[in-house]
Amino acid sequence: MTAILEAREINKTFGAVTAAKDINISVVEHEIVGIIGANGAGKTTFVNMVTGWLRPSTGQILFEGRDITGMAPRRITRLGICRSFQVAQVFMTMTVFDNLMIALGIAESRGLLALLPLRRGDLEARADAILQRYQIVEYRDQVSSTLPQGVRKLLDIAMAMVARPRILLLDEPTSGISVEEKFGLMDIVMGALKDEGVTVLFVEHDMEIVERYVSRVIAFYQGEIICDAAPAEALVDPKVKEFVIGGEPQGWSTHDTAGAGERADA
Amino acid sequence: MEPSRDWTIPGLTIGFAIVAVSGAVFLPDWLLNQMVISFSRALAVVGLMVLWRTGLVSFGHALYFGLGAYTVALLGKEFGVSDVLITLPAAALASAAVGVGLGFIIRKYREIFFAMLSLAFSMVLYGIVVKTEALGSTDGFSVLSPTLLGMSSDDAGVTLVSLFLGLCLVGWAVAVLVHRYLKSVLGSLTTAIRDNEIRVEYLGYSVAEAIHGKYVMSAALAGLGGGFLAISLGQVDPDSMINWTVSGELVFVTILSGPGSVAAPFIGSLIFELIRTYAFEWLPYAWQLIVGATLLIIIFFLPDGVWSLITRLAAGRGDKR
Repeated sequence: MTAILEAREINKTFGAVTAAKDINISVVEHEIVGIIGANGAGKTTFVNMVTGWLRPSTGQILFEGRDITGMAPRRITRLGICRSFQVAQVFMTMTVFDNLMIALGIAESRGLLALLPLRRGDLEARADAILQRYQIVEYRDQVSSTLPQGVRKLLDIAMAMVARPRILLLDEPTSGISVEEKFGLMDIVMGALKDEGVTVLFVEHDMEIVERYVSRVIAFYQGEIICDAAPAEALVDPKVKEFVIGGEPQGWSTHDTAGAGERADA
Repeated sequence: MEPSRDWTIPGLTIGFAIVAVSGAVFLPDWLLNQMVISFSRALAVVGLMVLWRTGLVSFGHALYFGLGAYTVALLGKEFGVSDVLITLPAAALASAAVGVGLGFIIRKYREIFFAMLSLAFSMVLYGIVVKTEALGSTDGFSVLSPTLLGMSSDDAGVTLVSLFLGLCLVGWAVAVLVHRYLKSVLGSLTTAIRDNEIRVEYLGYSVAEAIHGKYVMSAALAGLGGGFLAISLGQVDPDSMINWTVSGELVFVTILSGPGSVAAPFIGSLIFELIRTYAFEWLPYAWQLIVGATLLIIIFFLPDGVWSLITRLAAGRGDKR
């Protein structure tokens, strides 16, 4: 299968600190890839390089065979790679609906079309459909700064999905979310993403989430990839256990992991 | 929840029509003159309001205000052109052109750096004009009497009323166009950029380009306002057109008006001019005290400007019903 995203020999240094070292990743369409690692392992740096926030010191990033290394974030977004953030990036003084309207307005109105009214029937209908899909209809007219963390995360992801990307990168979608909420949130998100047929890479600390939703795990340690395998294999890898998980995760067993692989692939 | 109907454009149309007719028929010349000066400044303030909504405050828009004024004056002085259909668009275009150039630099800066850089640019122009004899140096020079399609009047009163009516028409058109702009996708990026530039960039729009566009628009409007002021005063000079105090006045009126509506700059500017006129009459040696106190009252009690008072009163009346 042809790769939709390729990172070739990526290196990134900040002064004496190496944040990424010889990163080689190839992702095929419709894969759901979990990126794991301890704090400072280089996960978010990798996401930032793919989405244009950081330029790799050396190496190449290809999207559908096209070199996107060092491109501006907006150009990468326009090409079809979108992202959400560890701290939800929404327009705090606006309502949930207005957030989505702005996202839709930008996605659907290029050039002089951007001078068309933002409030128009087709966009409003789409915004309402997105609210339904992400199950945040009840927050439609609530100002974003007053939203619960989980809802703000959903809004952040929904806004990233408005442009109908080919690849979505999620940076710790469940961080700051309560244990009770996290599976509910991920079920909503992964359900919506599956419907759209989007390729997903998500950074995650929570091994239960990784185990349940991904078809492939890439583990980072000190800027290097130490494991790239299916969850069943990756989560029992000695290096991953030592440098990422730090022992057996709670409520996790080899038997469970095998099952998780099946669920993710299903 | 369905959004309530937007009455801004009908309101602007009725409001400007009433002001134009009542001003032309009933107002004495001195008050009409105040209104011309107020509305000229208001054109520049509309542009500053757009920038303010984006989270940007310019302390240097006298650059464009003065550029517009001097463009009108120079067209008359050097080429004998006095037709307002040429001089006023030229004023707006000259300012917009300079705004395009400087915008490439200024769009990279935010907050105090944006404000101070814009001030620095305006002081460069001020310095050039003050030191240039051909531009009248500190004394400035006079502006040709305005004509419209070759028509002119020797009666100063007729000229003033004509200028006032023209300004009302242009003010209405600017307010309607800027209102429509603010309701567009591009216009809605004002608040979005102020709230979260990162998200705008990751939605696929260039924040720098959006700010650049708004900056050029504000420059053009300031140039147009400066052009009108030059015609109404019949004179241009650096201190009343380009100096930093002029930029300060524009920011003052922007705060006084508030960002709530495109109508606000016209009301705020008129209030400012009246306060200044009466303050000068009552306390000729300390009129700035009254103007300063007014600004303090606005900041403490009406942080969203006089427009917020109007909307509060309107909301209160609606509740009583």
